[in-house]
Amino acid sequence: MLRRLIPHPIVSILLLIVWILLVNKVTVGNIVLGAFLGLAVPVFTAPYWPDRPKVQKPFKVLEYVLVVLWDIIVANVEVALIILFKPNKKIESHWVNVPLELTSAEAITVLAGTITMTPGTVSAMLSADGGNILVHCLHTNDPDAVRHDIKHRYERRLKEIFP
Amino acid sequence: MEMFYEILITVFLVLAGIFGLAGSFGLVKLRDTMQRLHAPTKATTLGVGSVLIASMLYFGLIKGQLSFHELLITIFLFLTAPITANFIAKTYMAMNMKPEDIPETERAYGWAIFEDPPQPVVIDDEGQEGA
Repeated sequence: MLRRLIPHPIVSILLLIVWILLVNKVTVGNIVLGAFLGLAVPVFTAPYWPDRPKVQKPFKVLEYVLVVLWDIIVANVEVALIILFKPNKKIESHWVNVPLELTSAEAITVLAGTITMTPGTVSAMLSADGGNILVHCLHTNDPDAVRHDIKHRYERRLKEIFP
Repeated sequence: MEMFYEILITVFLVLAGIFGLAGSFGLVKLRDTMQRLHAPTKATTLGVGSVLIASMLYFGLIKGQLSFHELLITIFLFLTAPITANFIAKTYMAMNMKPEDIPETERAYGWAIFEDPPQPVVIDDEGQEGA
């Protein structure tokens, strides 16, 4: 019963926080409205998101976010340098096929998003059963190193967060 | 001190301009759609990010009021940018590519735009697997 009323407790709390940040003022009315939204939205969207993802080790999440933020800064500089200073003929784009060990939909979504935001890679597609991810690499001499990076840097950490 | 803050904010704004320009230039310069996809998803994140940091510093240090809207914009940007990029990539591939153009999955199932997902296995009341 409680599970049907509050299908995603973390999402509820998150919605409340986002609502308060959006109105930028902490008043009782805002908290009540935010709490109402936080309770109502997950109930209405529950049919599209039936399973509750298990997240373990919150500190690992923080570590992951910091690693990704740092990589995004590096990625921006790298890609900007490639765009500005590399002649088009010298840009070698590659498709990289990365086999996945992650199985939960949430974990794969986070990984795909991370790949798109970080150094010169865009996640393009999953295989039909969700066991591989196809990555487009803007410029690399060594596609195997890209695959190793993705598996070692991101997937390993996500495996600890989403068991 | 005000002077120092203003210089700091200016640095972030100029940085934002440079990255925004690089991203836009990439759209013109690179050769095909998949390559062009890299320019806006990367170079622009730091461009937008720098504007947001500058805005936060301006309101926090000079106007003296803390604003969290920039933080929210960052979060929304990080949530939406990869999904947009993924949609564009998939549409482009579905319209312009054949299965031979991209590497094999090397497993039982091919890529999602060329193959249907496996049928869900339904287990009936007696524990038998059915279709």
